[in-house]
Amino acid sequence: MALQAIAFYVMAAVTVIAGFCVVSARNPVHSVLWLILTFFSAAGLFVLMGAEFLAMLLVVVYVGAVAVLFLFVVMMLDVDFAALRQGFAQYMPLGLLIAVFLAAEMVLVASTVATKGAAAHNDTPMASGFGMDAPNAEAIGRVLYTDYVYFFQASGLVLLVAMIGAIVLTLRHKPGVRRQVVMDQVLRSPKTGMKIANPKPGEGIGE
Amino acid sequence: MIIGLAHYLAVAAILFTIGVFGIFVNRKNIIVILMSIELILLAVNINLVAFSAYLGNVTGQIFAMFVLTVAAAEAAVGLAILVTFFRNRGDISVDDASMMKG
Repeated sequence: MALQAIAFYVMAAVTVIAGFCVVSARNPVHSVLWLILTFFSAAGLFVLMGAEFLAMLLVVVYVGAVAVLFLFVVMMLDVDFAALRQGFAQYMPLGLLIAVFLAAEMVLVASTVATKGAAAHNDTPMASGFGMDAPNAEAIGRVLYTDYVYFFQASGLVLLVAMIGAIVLTLRHKPGVRRQVVMDQVLRSPKTGMKIANPKPGEGIGE
Repeated sequence: MIIGLAHYLAVAAILFTIGVFGIFVNRKNIIVILMSIELILLAVNINLVAFSAYLGNVTGQIFAMFVLTVAAAEAAVGLAILVTFFRNRGDISVDDASMMKG
């Protein structure tokens, strides 16, 4: 149990510190790298809670796809990032004020829930593996593909629409670039695709 | 020392606050704003999984999965809009994005 506590504190500290570095790093490339560290340590927290499948999903989807997408965009855009940090010190006091209030509110709510609310009388410790017979991935699958199958399909549609939207937004037709016209190729017949010439001897066909 | 629900809730609350703080202090840099939104959604996911583990009910993890899906879609569309905006304006400053103002 002590090992679990040590692991929790280490990963929680790494998550929070890396999260703070995401918002305070000078260079957005560093921000993305800190974001990747945040996701990794959050995946570690998920494993501690017994949600191995979601932890793997976090590493694969976020670190493998979303963070790399961020990295691509940051490196692709040639932006003067120093100019974008102009108001950093100016907005700092207001941001700190709101952050302090928000944190205080959430700590109040969380401590109330933990001591008096719905979660008060359940004093079993956080169980790894949920006390179920099935492994985590199997338990998720059993519920996801039965009770939540329509939502699962809907989330697939969301991803499809996002994919199409991203392609439509970023696709552009440059003038002066030859493009394949499939219809012209299909409609090509021997009559249009062939020319019978009758060259004189020794001259060849001049265009 | 038993690590309970409150510990995970505290981590999620701190992460959420950092995300909101990041939106405030980096309000000109839309890339970092998008990253702050990812942090906020990660905090929400930690909350969902923590309650799921605490109550022994796997539904919370399924909701976390849906949140993950929507977050991925949001990041893709947001970055696509960003790339288009950069192509049109040559800059990504949020303050300049006022063309639709009447």
